[in-house]
Amino acid sequence: MVTENKKQAIYFLFFKSAAFLSVLILLFVLLYIFEEGVGAININFLTNMWSHRDITQGGILQAIVGTLFLAAGVSIISIPVGVCTAIHLNEYAKDNQFNRIIKLAIRNLAGVPSVIYGIFGLAFFAIFLKLGGSLISASLTLGCMTLPWIITASEEALKAVPFSFREGSYALGATKWQTIKRNVLPHSFSGMLTGSILGISRAMGETAPIIMVGATFFISGLPSSPFDKFMALPYHLFILATQHSSPYARQYALSTALVLVVLIFALNFGVFLWRYKLRKKKKW
Amino acid sequence: MKKEDAKIEFRKVNFWYGDKQILFDVDLKVSEYKITALIGPSGCGKSTLLRCINRMNDLVPDSKIKGAVLYDKEDIYEKNADVIELRKKIGMVFQKPNPFPMSIFNNVAYGPRIQNITDKDKLMYIVKKSLRKADLWEEVKDRLGLSAFSLSGGQQQRLCISRALANNPDVILLDEPCSALDPIATAKIEELLKKLKDEKTIIIVTHNMHQAKRISDYTSYLLNGKMIESSQTAEMFSNPKNDLTRDYLNGTFG
Repeated sequence: MVTENKKQAIYFLFFKSAAFLSVLILLFVLLYIFEEGVGAININFLTNMWSHRDITQGGILQAIVGTLFLAAGVSIISIPVGVCTAIHLNEYAKDNQFNRIIKLAIRNLAGVPSVIYGIFGLAFFAIFLKLGGSLISASLTLGCMTLPWIITASEEALKAVPFSFREGSYALGATKWQTIKRNVLPHSFSGMLTGSILGISRAMGETAPIIMVGATFFISGLPSSPFDKFMALPYHLFILATQHSSPYARQYALSTALVLVVLIFALNFGVFLWRYKLRKKKKW
Repeated sequence: MKKEDAKIEFRKVNFWYGDKQILFDVDLKVSEYKITALIGPSGCGKSTLLRCINRMNDLVPDSKIKGAVLYDKEDIYEKNADVIELRKKIGMVFQKPNPFPMSIFNNVAYGPRIQNITDKDKLMYIVKKSLRKADLWEEVKDRLGLSAFSLSGGQQQRLCISRALANNPDVILLDEPCSALDPIATAKIEELLKKLKDEKTIIIVTHNMHQAKRISDYTSYLLNGKMIESSQTAEMFSNPKNDLTRDYLNGTFG
């Protein structure tokens, strides 16, 4: 006879193990990358240009800079558009069939595989708009990809602002825009920020779409305009891991991976600190 | 304004949320510089009626109103009526204190800032005056920069009253302002309202008929969306004309 208490203990043990397992897997991945990748990392690796002939002579500066440029480009494109779209959908759009379909479509776009965005970017931005394989094509392509995530996250952040704040503002004779500007956006800012950065981080790690729209394995200098081709960390490590002939390629792939992980981690940690500062003021 | 003129008047007002009718042919006259209490059991439509006066019901999709609500003899539901101006003249205090997540100062300065008053000295003057009027100044004068959430419930509600006063409205609507407060905080707000009626017209919704009796000059009893009886408070409580009012006041139901 199993008592209810024992049953409960078994279920909790089961949930606990699942949680432990997930954390363990993550830790293992990170530790492995760190352990294997840290070997080749030094100042030279981080600050020098890639050396094509002897990879041990150079660094991955172009790839680091390329990925950072890409992140900046994606942010400039998708954060303003995404946040404004979310404001429209959540605050202004009427709750009718048409707008519900739009919202559903946006949710579904979030699930479209990134490679599909890549082929779209190639056809539309690179070829049709004649932007070629370039930073700007890649930023626009990844911008399209992150847009649904940013819209969804921003909408959630707007929804989390209690109705009583809006109501109180309207009762004081504020217009809708004044209410949004003064009493909704400031309180949803941290949520939007988190959602946006999460989207940007995922974009920074994308490989498939950028191969089609301008990422290359090697360029001799840093990109000097948005219309240049560029190197990027995820593509760089993909080539090193699968196609490079140097005996050090595996080591350098893992080191590149570590740099990418640290970069994304640093970005998220920075946002975490910023959000923590913003959150301290907020109590409801 | 002549004495017999009503500051606010309802003429055969019917109101619906979707298909559900909330108010039925409601007539009501509200006198200037008096406290009018709206009493009735929960769900009788008293909050809805209150929200018709500053058109807060506009925020609810699918709401519909028929009839006229006059404010200084003008129909506020007329096509050209300016809702924004209306809400600046008719302030509202809600059931649950709803300070904004910002400092005490910024809460009170919210209304003036909405009206594009940016001069610091002027804002300070308005904030100080409004907090004084709401009997809150002495308690918060040293911590205007602190979050409004650091105040107690009763203080928060008086802050919301100051915030409404900062717009210098003619009318203040209160929707069960004391239902979330303890007796001492409630007494303070009641004192405050009695003082404020010298310069404001006050309409208060309350489920507490003792509160209505204590502070109001006029009382209206609403039941199932219909106006059962409106008269001077003393008269209604001592000699209700309608049997339904009598039953409610005697506690037979409600």
